[in-house]
Amino acid sequence: MTIATAVSEPLHIGPLSKTFTLPSGSVHALRDIELDIPAGRFISIVGTSGCGKSTLLRIIAGLETQYDGQVTLGGAGISGPSLDRGVIFQEHRLLPWLTVEANVAFGLKNLPKDEIRQLVAEHLDLVGLTSFAKAYPHQLSGGMAQRVAIARALVNKPKLLLLDEPFGALDAMTKIQMQQEILRIWEVEQTTMILVTHDIDEAIYLGDEVVVMSARPGTVKMVLPVPLPRPRDRTSPGFVALRKRIYHEFFAELEQPFAYKI
Amino acid sequence: MTSQAAMTIEQPREGEPLNPFIKAFRMALSKLRDGAVYVALSVLIVAVWQYLSAIGFLKPMLLPSPLKIGDTLLALTLSGELFRHLGISFLRVLEGFAIAALVGLPLGIAIGLSRVVDQSTDLLLQLTKPIPPIAWIPLSILWFGIGESGKVFIIFLGGVFPILINTVDGIRQTDQRYVELARVLEVTRGRFILKVVLPGALPAIMTGIRVGLMVSWICVVAAELIAATSGLGYLIMDGRQLMQTDQVLVGMLTIGAMGKLLDVVLRAAESRLVTWKTTFQGK
Repeated sequence: MTIATAVSEPLHIGPLSKTFTLPSGSVHALRDIELDIPAGRFISIVGTSGCGKSTLLRIIAGLETQYDGQVTLGGAGISGPSLDRGVIFQEHRLLPWLTVEANVAFGLKNLPKDEIRQLVAEHLDLVGLTSFAKAYPHQLSGGMAQRVAIARALVNKPKLLLLDEPFGALDAMTKIQMQQEILRIWEVEQTTMILVTHDIDEAIYLGDEVVVMSARPGTVKMVLPVPLPRPRDRTSPGFVALRKRIYHEFFAELEQPFAYKI
Repeated sequence: MTSQAAMTIEQPREGEPLNPFIKAFRMALSKLRDGAVYVALSVLIVAVWQYLSAIGFLKPMLLPSPLKIGDTLLALTLSGELFRHLGISFLRVLEGFAIAALVGLPLGIAIGLSRVVDQSTDLLLQLTKPIPPIAWIPLSILWFGIGESGKVFIIFLGGVFPILINTVDGIRQTDQRYVELARVLEVTRGRFILKVVLPGALPAIMTGIRVGLMVSWICVVAAELIAATSGLGYLIMDGRQLMQTDQVLVGMLTIGAMGKLLDVVLRAAESRLVTWKTTFQGK
């Protein structure tokens, strides 16, 4: 690989709280989140829908700027979106009127044409879509489109890549392929990755650590290191044990109301 | 449409290789069938019309027979009269429509992009939009006399609003998710407009241009009906005054045929420009 790796920087969160003000009152989306993410790590954040995990990601991305507390990347506070933080959304968000290569180049600017072409070609190669450079998004499958989105996010050499349920819309088989793909890319690029998901398997398969969040208000329930070597076997005893623990966390929460009744 | 029809009539059995010769023949057959479906209703109506004329049910003064209209069409075509009037009308439309596009597109883009421009022009546009271009004819005669500019003005009024409204709509339909994407990628406003907003608005803009040209084409005839010595509208009025109903109908049919032709050309242009659109085509 000829791609020069971007210098990753540690992310520090916290204590961070976020309140949404609605006409019916205020909702605590996040409360006292504290996380330290060293450079180059792969962190999975798992939680039920509505636990504020996407809100947390949007705050790190700089898309959400109203919050209490602090978020710093390499010591500098985050006040808005920036190219040093790439985002992969659940939907690929490719521009349908641009070719694959033009979509990848969409975020590049102030560079000589040759350099743009070179960067785009390298990143299409990285995601294995060189032969689709001239194709349009509607000619791609869901998995391919998401790979183009990954190339588009990486082409700016972000220090941090934020993935917001990026494979949630894909079928089970494609999803597993894409998980292997993102791991491979992470190993090449050494970019810090933060993945938000509701898929416990995905969280364990990918993360160095799994952050388990609880809902309303969104808090960090526990941070679980994943000491398994990669590539991970989803059916290995270690994997299953971790899955069991995380399932138990969610399950315990659901059981509580019944416990009160008895 | 063609391929869909081909699939419904002949379904080659799985695994049975088709002779390419038979395949081509079947394709041609299904195309022929599509063409037949397309013209069947019109042909039927014309046939009934001709029959009713032949038995004397329709009076030639009120509605001449299709054959009579065909004769007149041929005569007017051969004498060059028809093309002269058609050319004059078409030229007027081109002038008025070009001005409408030159005003409507930039103004629509400005209104779509800027809330200030939108708010300051809204009342004025909302008040003038419902006034039919034909209602402007008396005023345009007072302002421009019965010359060319008055007619171009009416055509302009007819074309400008569809272009304007569709352009604004197209721009306002920009997906919020792309706005977020542009923020994340720190794309400048200029680049965002150029690469996201305008291409996204293109289908709506093309619709505006198509509808605008159609309305302009309708307006030229209206303008020529009132005060003109040439053009298709004049041809129709001249026919009425001379009690030549066949000439009236030739004029009307030419307007219809020309309108259809313009639509075909613009639709072709649209599908060349908007290659990414994959929408429902009707069943």
